[in-house]
Amino acid sequence: MKTIVIGVIGADVHAVGNRIIQYVLTESGYNVVNVGVLSSQEDFINAAIESNADMILVSSLYGQGEIDCRGFRDKCDEAGLKDIPLYIGGNIVVGKQNFEDVEKRFKAMGFNRVYAPGVPIDDVLPDIKKDLGE
Amino acid sequence: MKNYLLIDFGSTNTKLTAVDVEKDEIIGTSKHFTTVSEDIRIGYNNALKELFAKCGELKFEKIIACSSAAGGLKMAAIGLVEELTVEAAKRACYGAGGKVDLVFSHYITKAEVEKIKDKKIDIVLLAGGIDGGNSDCVIHNANMLGKGNIKVPIVYAGNKSCQDDIKEIFDKYELDGYICDNIMPQLNVLNIESAKDAIRKIFLNNIIVAKGIKKVEDEIDGVVLPTPYAVLKASELLSKGYLHEKGLGDIVLVDIGGATTDVYSMGSGSPKRSDVILKGLAEPYAKRTVEGDLGMRYSAEGVIKALSEEQIKLYQERGIDLVQEAQFRFEHVDMIPHNAHDEEVDREFGEICTDIAISRHDGKMEAIYTPMGMLYYQIGKDLTDVSYIIGTGGVIINDHDPRKILEKLCYDIRKPLELRPKNPKYMLDKNYILSAMGLLSLYYPEVALKIMKKNMKLI
Repeated sequence: MKTIVIGVIGADVHAVGNRIIQYVLTESGYNVVNVGVLSSQEDFINAAIESNADMILVSSLYGQGEIDCRGFRDKCDEAGLKDIPLYIGGNIVVGKQNFEDVEKRFKAMGFNRVYAPGVPIDDVLPDIKKDLGE
Repeated sequence: MKNYLLIDFGSTNTKLTAVDVEKDEIIGTSKHFTTVSEDIRIGYNNALKELFAKCGELKFEKIIACSSAAGGLKMAAIGLVEELTVEAAKRACYGAGGKVDLVFSHYITKAEVEKIKDKKIDIVLLAGGIDGGNSDCVIHNANMLGKGNIKVPIVYAGNKSCQDDIKEIFDKYELDGYICDNIMPQLNVLNIESAKDAIRKIFLNNIIVAKGIKKVEDEIDGVVLPTPYAVLKASELLSKGYLHEKGLGDIVLVDIGGATTDVYSMGSGSPKRSDVILKGLAEPYAKRTVEGDLGMRYSAEGVIKALSEEQIKLYQERGIDLVQEAQFRFEHVDMIPHNAHDEEVDREFGEICTDIAISRHDGKMEAIYTPMGMLYYQIGKDLTDVSYIIGTGGVIINDHDPRKILEKLCYDIRKPLELRPKNPKYMLDKNYILSAMGLLSLYYPEVALKIMKKNMKLI
């Protein structure tokens, strides 16, 4: 069974979407380790090490995701989580911005997949399957 | 009359407490130097003679003991991530009555394995990975312990999924290995009972034999617990109560010894305010931490290391040369203060030990700024509503103003984010009965509780 670490990054308390993600991923046959809301990069990374996770899926709903995610990939590399797939989705930047630019910026930060506001978790499942080689 | 004799083989003294379990009363206490390097029975028999001299010849239905003699229970805690399984492993060691002398995380090295031998560790606790999680690290670490030819017992309390692999490694290298439940089966979930139990059994079957304590079992019914484990049991009982006998509620207990400072806290420690969010590893109701670098004699120099140069200068202004005093205490571990100056310096050391030890034990808050305003994380236990603080250990018991030392456990305006007790009442364990009552609670919890409530002295 593949393990996915999920949670809401930064000073962000949006708990509902995170629960829905946990529900859908569990139903789809994944072992979900949920670090919950208000989580730091270290919380995600520590959980991924202890659980030997195959992927980290970060949620951010309050617009500050770009600041909260800075250096995430570097820290993963430092912690030995080399090439672990990093996903992010939600309202990850301030205001309404051209999503293509946003995606580019997050990919430059080391995220493998970046999702625009409003994308339901069900639409992400095929990508997860593909990236985890299932 | 139904009498029980309870013995505490401490590193310095062998303490005897005779109890009449039908009258809920202590008949008498006595003590003598522990004679473990020679023959532990000598000290015991001398203490027994003293007891009989005080209270007359007594017959005992049962004689049981706890021990922290010959260096106590020295442990090495190995985990994966510092904040997670390493921390959980440390808590299991402390909860089992051990002293954590070595802490390792991630992949251990040859040099670290050598340290386990150099430090003469009694038991190694090997953890890492949640159930179904990381297994590479614990397998590597078990192999390293095997290659390093570690002879002392190894308790495996890591990822359940690789128990079989670990067992094979134990067999391959002929290690004295024990398998128990994972101390962190899920992220941030603490499950230390099985590991605590395994450690206690090893202590009783191996450690006390190796240390020459077992000999005394010719004359008594048994050594049944490590002393700190007994104190933890007694404190938990005193806090929670038993049947119709009410407990005292949340308590904090501090025991300043010559070599270590132990802090115990009983209570859930959950957040008391609505703007506080609990983070991190779950905390046990009965929590114990041990500071091996803070003590009145053997560890007096450690106290100096924990201070800044500036703090030491402030003491100098008051005419106390802490550095010199610490060195003297370290070189004269049997020193007893005889004048006002020595007593004052001892109290200062006691205050420093208490202050630093509670800082390492208590929960902390951390402010976070969110779009909804300021919120706080709470990491660790909230001790603000603790109802009683109990002090024990020579420096506290013998001081004419022990409250001064105990007040150092409380809220400090210079450390506003530490969740320390705010308006507690203060008590003393004047006759060192806590370990004895922990032992008695194995058979008569209600009696032990009544005796504790009668004998704790409010100050």
